[in-house]
Order: sequence, then structure tokens, then C-alpha cells
Amino acid sequence: MKKTLNQLSKNESGMIVSIQGKGGVHKRLLDMGLVKNAMVKVERVAPLGDPIEVKVKGYSLLLRKEEAKNITIDVQ
Amino acid sequence: MAKQIMMALAGNPNCGKTTLFNNLTGMRQHVGNWPGKTVERKDGKFTYMGKKINVIDLPGTYSLTAYSIEELIARDYIVEENPDVVINIVDATNLERNLYLTIQLIELGANIIVAINMNRFAEKKELKIDDKKLSNLLGVPVIKIEAVDRIGKTELIESVLKAAKSRSKGTKKITYGSEIEEHLAELEKILPESINTNKGFSTKWIALKLIEKDKEVIKKILGLKNGKEVLMKAERIQEHLSQIFGEDVDAAIADARYGFIAGLIKESMTRPKIDKITMSDYIDRIVTNRFLGIPVFLFALWLLFQLTFSISAPFMDWIGFFFGWLAEVVSNLIATEWLSSLLADGIIGGVGSVLVFVPVIFMLFLSIALLEDCGYLARAAFIMDRLMHKIGLHGKSFIPMLLGFGCNVPAIMATRTLESRKDRILTMLINPFMSCGARLPVYALFAAAFFSEHQGWVIFSLYLLGIMVAIIMGLIFKKTLFKGLSSPFVMELPPYRLPTLKGALIHMWERGSVFLKKAGTLIFLVVIVIWFLSSLPFGVEYASQNSVIGRIGTFIAPIFKPLGFGTWQASVALGFGFAAKEVIVGSFGTLYGVSEEGLGKALAQTFTPLSAYAFMVFVLLYVPCMAVIAVIKRETNSWKWPIFTVIYTTVIAWSMAFIVYQGGLLLGFT
Repeated sequence: MKKTLNQLSKNESGMIVSIQGKGGVHKRLLDMGLVKNAMVKVERVAPLGDPIEVKVKGYSLLLRKEEAKNITIDVQ
Repeated sequence: MAKQIMMALAGNPNCGKTTLFNNLTGMRQHVGNWPGKTVERKDGKFTYMGKKINVIDLPGTYSLTAYSIEELIARDYIVEENPDVVINIVDATNLERNLYLTIQLIELGANIIVAINMNRFAEKKELKIDDKKLSNLLGVPVIKIEAVDRIGKTELIESVLKAAKSRSKGTKKITYGSEIEEHLAELEKILPESINTNKGFSTKWIALKLIEKDKEVIKKILGLKNGKEVLMKAERIQEHLSQIFGEDVDAAIADARYGFIAGLIKESMTRPKIDKITMSDYIDRIVTNRFLGIPVFLFALWLLFQLTFSISAPFMDWIGFFFGWLAEVVSNLIATEWLSSLLADGIIGGVGSVLVFVPVIFMLFLSIALLEDCGYLARAAFIMDRLMHKIGLHGKSFIPMLLGFGCNVPAIMATRTLESRKDRILTMLINPFMSCGARLPVYALFAAAFFSEHQGWVIFSLYLLGIMVAIIMGLIFKKTLFKGLSSPFVMELPPYRLPTLKGALIHMWERGSVFLKKAGTLIFLVVIVIWFLSSLPFGVEYASQNSVIGRIGTFIAPIFKPLGFGTWQASVALGFGFAAKEVIVGSFGTLYGVSEEGLGKALAQTFTPLSAYAFMVFVLLYVPCMAVIAVIKRETNSWKWPIFTVIYTTVIAWSMAFIVYQGGLLLGFT
């Protein structure tokens, strides 16, 4: 099932299908390891509901749901 | 050989780069700025077996794109200064993402040595790295170190000496798959010959950057012969590639790099089937918990201020006492009246008023450095981002705002951690409303004199008002001056680490000494100017109504009439407050000609509780001190923002004090 990363709930995980977007943010997401076929898992959501913490490439990354929207996941 | 070795440290943020820098150079380091930029530049040196080695700490980066200033600085330094050796520090617990920078450094043609750091943590996570194998695969030396102690240090320095003699370019090339590789080769062939100077950075890197549409490289190529031709070719390749991959070229290249790294990892590292749950995870389950996160955060803040103020309080008393005593001794010793006044009232009083804040500011910086080094501040940014984002700020803006409670000068300098200029300027503009330590003595004086029953609440209400004004102004600026896209929040959450005292002390010293130098010299100067204004024309009583400053005060006093404190003394004191806000307390003493003990009584004759509160509101909000203005000028590199700050804060202060006083009168307060 395909979802965007911001729609995943805590402890859900899946494989990245695509990353949309342009420019600096897009490039930053790629540099941080959010590339096609990488596995991501939502570790937690901040107490106020945003941003989220995901595990990717063995480390923890924080990003806002706004940015997570650009990432499509094949949920497992 | 007398030649000195130039060595640069490169690596991701949080990889232990600065720790290694401190370890190698000790305190023999120089902190400055990169020319024309407000990014910190750290230089240091050390001697090993009679060899002089210069070390430069490059900004921490994840990549080498042209999108961030830090990344541009790092790569420009490597390309243009061509250091003998680049040590790439790599976090063993996070090898995969760290190698992303490594392979870009190799592509760039830097003479690199990979130093794998934090092996102990990796062992705990049951990650085993085969450094020999990795070295073979990358074609560069790989050495295991621990930046915090001496492990691997000698071996690392030895290999630096060796590498400085003979450059080892990574022999094994990173491959991007045949499709991209073919096009890269095509571009490489037609690159202008003049590009390949003796600097020796790789043509493949340039070709790659052209395909990635790197603004800076494109600019450079355009300036060369047949540059246009090359660029047109690059554009055709981009189109062709995005058709093939069905995504943009950036993504395809990042995929290929991480794909290559996956291969490296597979051959040189073994890891457990299931990731071990680390101590960090357990701590975060509580600290960033949905329900506990915010209470824990508030408790951490409370603890931070408690510790800071209670530990520094006795030191502040001692310093105040010492300068009081010194002023008395000097004025008794010197008979010439003007000289003794200049020394005692002017210089000693001025220096004392700066130094008395040193303990609290240094303690605050030490506490914040400890919180930062252990990893909590990243969590705080995570917890606070939603709120900060609402007022147009970034989660990380929270740190400068917090520092503002100590002193706005280093707080404004701390905005350097923010990546976008818009975020930085917005944070600087509202930072002065965070009530700094220097304003506290003013509140303490007035609260004790007029609100002895509710001192704590009165002071608390002022801090709260400052925060509220900051939030409102943030919202207004977001809708007016800084309309448009907000900058993204994408940051690494580093694991918790036990902070080292040495590291925290160095951190504290770096920020604190800036306060001492910048603020200290300025306040000192202004205090002397004020002394002259108070003593001229010759023969007048110091700071009396007939002195220059007294006349100025009398002239502007009517402006403050609607706020309830239209006396010449209040105007003069506020003028003095521009030098440094705590000076207000001392200047009231001088103006009324009473000692600090008698000050409360003297004030009661010209202020009412309501006008006293309006006065405190004004002190909270009006022009931050000169040092803040100076630092805003330096950090924004223009006069526009400091002048804007002076004007808008004063307008807001006047309006708020007006509302408080006139509103209070209407409600029947006096």
C-alpha cells in the first residue's frame, strides 16, 4: 500500500518509492539518505504533532510533515 | 624540510570533528570568520616530531552542494587552498550516511584520510567495521580513532605526514552505472582545457556538478572559453537522463551514490540482524514522549536557570562588593576631584558594571553547552519546532531565544546555527525582547521598592510580557517583512552522549569571551562618554540637572510624561541604559545622590507603583543595549537592520508603556 511519509503513524515502516520536489530541500532530503529503495520507519511524533522522527540508513532524522509529504512510501 | 603541513578536518555535524580538533590543537586555536561570511572559522596548530602542522576545522556538512554556505565554504577551501591532507572524520555508528560525504571528497580529488570515530559506541551496537577492507575499497587510508582520547592519535598523525609526501587519490572510482558514466565521460572530454590547472581537482567532479546543475560550477564554466557549448551539452544530458530514470537527475545521482555505499558497507561491515535498542532510544521514549515531553522540557529550562542563577549569585555579589570597595579606596586616595571622579565613577564603575555579569553569563553558557553537547538541545528543537514554526521561526531558533535570557549579544551570534538568512534576521529582530540578565537588576530595584509583597510575580510577568511581545512581533514580521516560503526543518537527531567538561568549557569560553570583548570594550567606552556628559560644563555637580546630560534629560522628559515618568532623572537613566541596561540602577543612585540602600525611598518620591510598572515595561522593551546593536550590525553586515531594531523596539516600548499607564489609570490604579 502506498502512502506519503507524513501519513505513516508511529512504528509504521516501508520502502521509499519516490521523492518529489525541487531545489535545496529536495537535495537535502536526498543527501540525508532518503533515496529510492531505502527503508524508513517512523520512530515518533513530536508532542505537538509535528515534526516527526524517522529512522533511515541506521540513524534518526527529524523532519516536518510538510517535507515528509514529498516522499512516497510502499508501506509494509 | 621546513615546509609546514596544511591539514583540513571535514566531516558531518556531530561526528566528533570539533572534539578531534580540540584534542589535536589544545587551546592553541584561533576562532574567526570565513572572509565575508558569518560562518565560524577555526584555525589551530601543533607540532609533531619537529614538524609544524596547521589544522583548519571546516564547517560540518553532509554533502558538498552549492545550496548551503557551509558546504560551499568547505569545498571552495579544498579546491582553492588545496590543503596537503584532508582528514575526513566518520562516525562509526552511522557509517552509511557519513560515507556519502567521503565519496564526494574523493570525487573532488582531495587527498583524504578517513578517520573512523566513536568505535566504542559502534561496538555497543554490535557493528563491526573492517578498516583494512574499507581502505582497499575506497583507495585511501582508513584509521580507527577515538577523538575524545589518545586512541589512534599517533597513527593518524603519522599517516598525515606520510600522505602529505605522496598524494593518494582514491584509486577505486565511484561508478554511477553505465548510463550516467557514459555521459560524464562525454562531458569531461569537451571541458575547456583551462579548467584543468595544476590544482588537480578532478574533471569528473566538474562534469558531475554540471549535470547536477550546480550554480557555482556553472558560473565558473561560463567564464571560460567554449563554456556555453559545454553547458548546452550538459542540459541535453540532463533531459535525456531524466527521461530514462523517470525522476530528476539529482535523485538518480544520490541513488547511485547510496547504492555504491551499500556495496561498501556490505563488504566491510557486519551488523546485527535486528538493530539493538540503545540507551538513547530508551531515554527518548521518556524525554520526547507525547505526554512527558513538554513537562520534561519545562523542567530542564527551570533547572537551567536555577543552576545558573544560584551558582553565580555569590560571585556576582563578590565582584560588586570588590568594585564598590575599589572605587571608595581610589576616591579617598586621589585628592584632585575630577580625576578621582573619572576613575571611581567612570572607569571603575564602568568596568564593574560589565564584570558583575560575567559569572551569570559564563554559567549560563556552560549550562547550555552541557545541554548541547549531551544532545538535549536537538530534542528541544524537535519539541519546540511546531510552536516556533507558527511564528515563522525554526525549531533551532529556540536556542538563541533561550540564550537571550542570559545576554542578547551571544544569543544573536548563536543565530549562526540557522541555515536561512530569513530565519536568522527574524530571530535577531525579536531576540531583544527576551529579557536579558542585565535587565534583572532594574526589575529587582523597582519590584522591591513598589511591590514588596509580590516581587516574584511582578518580575515573572515582565519575562512573560517579553515572550508575548516576541511572539506577536514574530507573527507580524512573518506576515509582512518575511512573507513567502518558510525554510525546511530537516535535521539529524544525534544520540545522547556524555558531555566532556573540557569540550563544554571551551564552548563556554568561546561564547563568553566574545561577550567580554565586544560588549566590554563598548560599554567601557560609553561609560567614559557618559562621564564626560555628566561632568561638563566644568564645575557642575556630577550628573546634576545643569550638566550636559541633565539638560538633555530635561529636554526629552516630556516625551515620557504620558507614560508616567516624565522626570529628567528617568530620561537620563534611560539614556544611560542604552549603554547597558543594568547601568540604569547605578545612574538613579547618582542622579538622586543617594546610595543603593536609600534608592528605593528616593524613587518612591517620583514614581507611583503604576508608573514604576510602566517604567519596567519600557526598560524591558526599548532599544537593546549598544552591544546588541553592534552585533546585529556585524552579523547582518548592514546598517539597515540595527537601525530598524532601534526604531521599532522604542516605538513598541513607548506604546506598551503608554497602554499600561493610561490603561491602569482608567482602571483606577495609581
